[in-house]
Amino acid sequence: MGETKKTYWKGLEQLKNDPAFVKHADKEFAVIGAEEDRGHNRRDFLKMMGFSMAAVSLAACEAPIRKAIPYVVKPVDADAGIPNYYASTYLNGGDYCSIVVKTRDGRPIKIEGNSLSNVTQGGTSAQVEASVLSLYDNYRLRGPKVGTENASWEDLDKQVIAKLSEIASKGGQVRIVSNTVLSPSTLSVIETFKAKYPTTQHIQYDQNSSYGILKANEESFGKQFVPSYDFSKANVIVSVAADFIGTWVSPIEFTKQYAKTREVSEAKREMSRHFQFESNLSLTGANADYRSPIKPSQEGLVVAQLYNLLAAKAGKAALGASIENIKHLEQAATELWEAKGKSLVVAGSNDKAVQTVVNAINDLLGNYGTTILPNKPLNFRKGNDEQFASFVAELESGKVDGVIFYNCNPVYDHVLGGKLAEALKGVSLTVSTSYTEDETSSLSGFKAPDHHYLESWNDAEPKKNSFSLSQPAITQIFKSRQTQESFLTWAGETSSDYFALLQKNWRTWFFEKQNSVADFQTFWDKSLYDGVYELPSDEFAALEFKADLASVGSSIAGNYKAASEGFELAIYENYGVGNGSQANNPLLQELPDPITKATWDNYLTVSQKDAKAKGFSMDDGTVQMGKLNVGGKSVNIPVVVQPGQTIGTIGLALGYGRTKVGKVAENIGTNAYPFLAQVNGSISFNVTEGVNLEVTSETYRIAQTQTHETYMGRENVIQEATLAEFKEKPNAGRDYPKITKWEEKVDPAAVSLWKGHEYKNHHWGMAIDLNTCTGCAACVVACNVENNVSLVGKDEVLRRREMHWLRIDRYYSSDAKPGDFVALEKAAENPEVTFQPMLCQHCNNAPCETVCPVAATTHSTEGLNQMTYNRCIGTRYCANNCPYKVRRFNWFKYHDNQQFYQSNPAMNTDLGRMVLNPEVTVRSRGVMEKCSFCAQRIQTGKLNAKKERRPVKDGEVVTACMAACSTGAILFGDMNDPESKITKLLQIEKDEKRPYGIDKKIGNPRAYRVLEEIGVKPNIFYLTKIRNKDKEKENA
Amino acid sequence: MMKHCLPALAKFLTSLILILFSLSTFAQEISKDAAVIKVGEELFNGNCKSCHRVKQKLVGPALAGVEDRAPSIQWIKSWIRNSAKVVASGDAYAVALYNEYNKSQMTAFNSYTDDQIMSILAYVKAEADKPEAPKGPQVTADGGGAETGASISSTYLNAIVIGMVLILVLLVIILALIISALKKYLDQKELSDEEKEVVHSPITVTTFFQSKGFIFVVVFLVASISFKTVIDGLYTVGIQQGYQPKQPIAFSHKLHAGAYEINCKYCHTGVMKGKQANIPSPNICMNCHTQIKQDSPEIQKIYAAIGYDVKTASYTGKQKPIEWVRIHNLPDLAYFNHAQHVNVGQVECQTCHGPIQEMEVVKQYSLLTMGWCVDCHRKTDVNTKGNAYYDKLIELHNSKKAMKVEDIGGLECAKCHY
Repeated sequence: MGETKKTYWKGLEQLKNDPAFVKHADKEFAVIGAEEDRGHNRRDFLKMMGFSMAAVSLAACEAPIRKAIPYVVKPVDADAGIPNYYASTYLNGGDYCSIVVKTRDGRPIKIEGNSLSNVTQGGTSAQVEASVLSLYDNYRLRGPKVGTENASWEDLDKQVIAKLSEIASKGGQVRIVSNTVLSPSTLSVIETFKAKYPTTQHIQYDQNSSYGILKANEESFGKQFVPSYDFSKANVIVSVAADFIGTWVSPIEFTKQYAKTREVSEAKREMSRHFQFESNLSLTGANADYRSPIKPSQEGLVVAQLYNLLAAKAGKAALGASIENIKHLEQAATELWEAKGKSLVVAGSNDKAVQTVVNAINDLLGNYGTTILPNKPLNFRKGNDEQFASFVAELESGKVDGVIFYNCNPVYDHVLGGKLAEALKGVSLTVSTSYTEDETSSLSGFKAPDHHYLESWNDAEPKKNSFSLSQPAITQIFKSRQTQESFLTWAGETSSDYFALLQKNWRTWFFEKQNSVADFQTFWDKSLYDGVYELPSDEFAALEFKADLASVGSSIAGNYKAASEGFELAIYENYGVGNGSQANNPLLQELPDPITKATWDNYLTVSQKDAKAKGFSMDDGTVQMGKLNVGGKSVNIPVVVQPGQTIGTIGLALGYGRTKVGKVAENIGTNAYPFLAQVNGSISFNVTEGVNLEVTSETYRIAQTQTHETYMGRENVIQEATLAEFKEKPNAGRDYPKITKWEEKVDPAAVSLWKGHEYKNHHWGMAIDLNTCTGCAACVVACNVENNVSLVGKDEVLRRREMHWLRIDRYYSSDAKPGDFVALEKAAENPEVTFQPMLCQHCNNAPCETVCPVAATTHSTEGLNQMTYNRCIGTRYCANNCPYKVRRFNWFKYHDNQQFYQSNPAMNTDLGRMVLNPEVTVRSRGVMEKCSFCAQRIQTGKLNAKKERRPVKDGEVVTACMAACSTGAILFGDMNDPESKITKLLQIEKDEKRPYGIDKKIGNPRAYRVLEEIGVKPNIFYLTKIRNKDKEKENA
Repeated sequence: MMKHCLPALAKFLTSLILILFSLSTFAQEISKDAAVIKVGEELFNGNCKSCHRVKQKLVGPALAGVEDRAPSIQWIKSWIRNSAKVVASGDAYAVALYNEYNKSQMTAFNSYTDDQIMSILAYVKAEADKPEAPKGPQVTADGGGAETGASISSTYLNAIVIGMVLILVLLVIILALIISALKKYLDQKELSDEEKEVVHSPITVTTFFQSKGFIFVVVFLVASISFKTVIDGLYTVGIQQGYQPKQPIAFSHKLHAGAYEINCKYCHTGVMKGKQANIPSPNICMNCHTQIKQDSPEIQKIYAAIGYDVKTASYTGKQKPIEWVRIHNLPDLAYFNHAQHVNVGQVECQTCHGPIQEMEVVKQYSLLTMGWCVDCHRKTDVNTKGNAYYDKLIELHNSKKAMKVEDIGGLECAKCHY
């Protein structure tokens, strides 16, 4: 084994060798918790048997008559069984993604990224992937409502218009409240509405507000904007609490750019260096090379100190605020200075003072024009916190007579939600356009549900001069109406056709200003087909930084403290459920958090040291409830002990604690929005004062998936090296296990019991780059949707019965020696993190195949390990024999089963079933399932090639996980095709000399197979993780 | 094989050169080349034949002599691609033609290339120039072949059975002779009374029926026959071979596919493209039935479905889909794709669906069991002709026998079950 051995662990239980953990660690099907009483006995069995015999014989007599109903007039492009793809745009408040929607027989069933977009560049996120299920949410409003009664649109319009005219006649005030509106056409509709009712004001707010950046740019450069960032050009990245991979401003775009700087190969032996200073262990922090835990109350000072260090090098004056002893800060400053113009500093803080200093730093480093592009401002976060606060104040004082909530839910997701809910009672006209009856719409007099975005026409301008179009991928399911049409109707427009307006706008805005296309229809069709339309971007004009740094410095000195006693609360947006707007989507609820691996819950995260001091513990998912007290508000929340959490801080995720949204999410977790604080006029996610946490006697079970599968101490599962080692030796960090034979030690490939397989045509394989995988888990959701994977709910996850075919294993590690428990305990305070996507490895010598008594799992001539559900009798031998623990057993019939009605709507309701992929069988109880390498996509790709009488082209067959991967970490392809990307990446050469099995030699020095020593020869290769870290400095 | 190949190749090459030559010099010339005519014939049968014949007026005019009749070849091309446009342009010939055929519009074939249209014209010209052939009954090659195969094996079986029966009769005679010989031999010996009784016990009907051997044989036969019946019965559970439900409209494949020889793909449009062959939607019926058999009560059902008013010859907009009864039902766990078999494999529709052109009412002809699928995959050669996808597989197929579907993974589970 290699000398640079590290210790890896998946959770604290494993590190501590917790007895409960050890007990279950070697069990494939551990029974966790009390075995459920099924309430069945022998008599029931006989009764059921009698019944089923009768049922079978009856069913055998006559097959049910099935109908085949063709179109009356078949549209030219609609063929039964052949999917159509439409470019469209995902819009959820200020969140944006350019997408391609796959529809089968008129139903959207899958969402993929649109690679033509310059903004998201074909990337997606878990939320985007999951949004297709939100379309079929059972708890959507079926039609308009007046009060609590169903109404017709005519009635609602008549009453709303009457109220609006009444308000207008007496000169009353009207407000339209929304999240950031990205659509220029929608804004023009709102302007039309304003023209009719001139007392109307449009108020935008964001759940994850960036108002601080807007204000800071106004102060620095005289204009409110959020600039574009280009991480791909940055060699040194410093982030102070900005989770730019996960949730900050434009995470899909930033992930794409970031991954470009993290790619290494033998030809490109350089990568960016990433410093992260933060309180909670975020997804971004987990990917950083150097991560320093800081307290939220230090954030401002860390940024100020960074400025001071750089100012000293530039010969400028320091700020009146500073902090000492922040690990890696000086190193960061030195390296930033060396990489002037090729570096980037970002901060997650919503304090304009902090953001102004960040601007000053980037200005000092000359990053404007290279990594920061103010000429292409981003529109994702236009919310104005001050305006919203004054709106609530006006509402409370009774100055506002009418409020229209346009697709937003501030009663739930704003810190002033409670006050707002109270104040709304006195308002004569309240309208909500949410498509579900949420916290805000249930308090509104009129419910005018909007279409889901997949049913809507719309446009968007995510970035200045980058536009995209939304088109309906399905006819509206319910009697909803596009809100733009509602606005036009209420404004008394003669035509409320939003589609016509959209076309008119695009004609005047774009078509008439270009020369390349002569007629509008062609221009429109092209734009709609592409989904995006680009105008040339503005020239970069140098900006003059003109903020008064002295006053900014004193503001920071006043608001932040170098050292503080007591707890601080750091609230964050969770990567799965996000800001809570899609909380009723079980795909997101069951998606394990990338870091804690917890599902279906939110919780407090505390450091190990604090947990010990306060008496919190965690035993295999069983935790204590903590009593959290924030400024007088008190609530009981389960407490999770989290490595990497800054001592003295508590983390809490937004997006949970919904009270009115639908049965899936209702009453899960605690709503964190009411705890948010204010700083310099903007909402702050950090509560630095008045936070207290005490242990209670109550225990609670958190459904974490992290400890469900372990590798039993086989430590070469993750292989990693530092960049310096990699530069020297490309195979650094690689472990080459040897098998001991009679007299010599040999390569595991040289020993085999099996004869191997001959792959004449295709040999499908996958390469996963651990260096560019950020652990974002978009692939997990994509896999769920593509392959009809059942969602099982919290209770079943607690019993270790989650069904995900693809999981992301999150390992903590440290340089401490394996036996040195004191050092390990210390390292657990701020461990290194590695993410490893783990799916069926499609072994060439698959252990599962040899133990199946009925040959239900077999090997194909193309290298796939096939699972045949209708042949499986459920012995589960295969799962027992799988070294990678990737097989999933159907313990229940998850479809058509009331028990899973809430957690698995895609298989239990007529509405939900519309999302199922008809190409993939819905599995029944008692059969095993696992990753199929998207066999249905392979078959489709091959068929398309055969139909055109040509070989399969590389890139034609793409698995769902690869398509969803924004960073390109997952690469799938034909290893027999010498021109394929995977052949080139792995540097595959034919090797006739290899005696057994696979006839290929892998040339890439970074490529390894997990558990190579057991000789199962997987078709999935991992590329070593490279950290841009200096060993010497770390030890010094 | 080679003998056959070379002239064909030469012919192909010359035709290719001819085509190229004609393209560059004289594109409007109607080719007399056999290869071009062949292409034209395929196109004509696939797309035109449902409305046109060469020498017979059907829904549309007889096409013989069209190249001389129509204003120009260019006119024919634009007419085929979009007749509505030509009519709308006010072209006198087009308007007259449109009115002559009761203002029924020809389907637009806007994807046709010039070459394709020219090849159709070549075929039409070639057909028109042919002397009238005497009409005779047509025999489909498929059915004939299958039947002769079956009859050969059944004569063999009969011969074997007759031979066996003869041998058995001989055996009975020999046994009887042995018994009488033994009796004579025993009678010559000194026997006790009891022994004599045994030897001379008469073989009566009663003794025969009560004998252990007989009872055993009967019990064995009854048991095995009932066992076989039960097993056979169980195997038919869920099998709907011969399923012939009554359909909402008495559509006759015998008439359309048989008598009128309308190509299957004309109506079943999905069969070359994807999984489903597609049950045709009524708008396809209306291509012809705006003109033909307007008064038939069955056609009225189509009009009701698509909302067509015969009197005013216009669509009312009131539509009601036709609910056909699905005949071929595969279980959800099995994946079948028509394009793979019909387009890639060039399998005839009749191979699975039987003599559909003779069916007044369609029934399920084949078993549609997994065994039936697998059997075919074992027997069928892969259609690799002209398909570059299979090049590598042919190269690596190191056997003198033809490459069967099973040789390239056609029996693997995940080819149909996933």
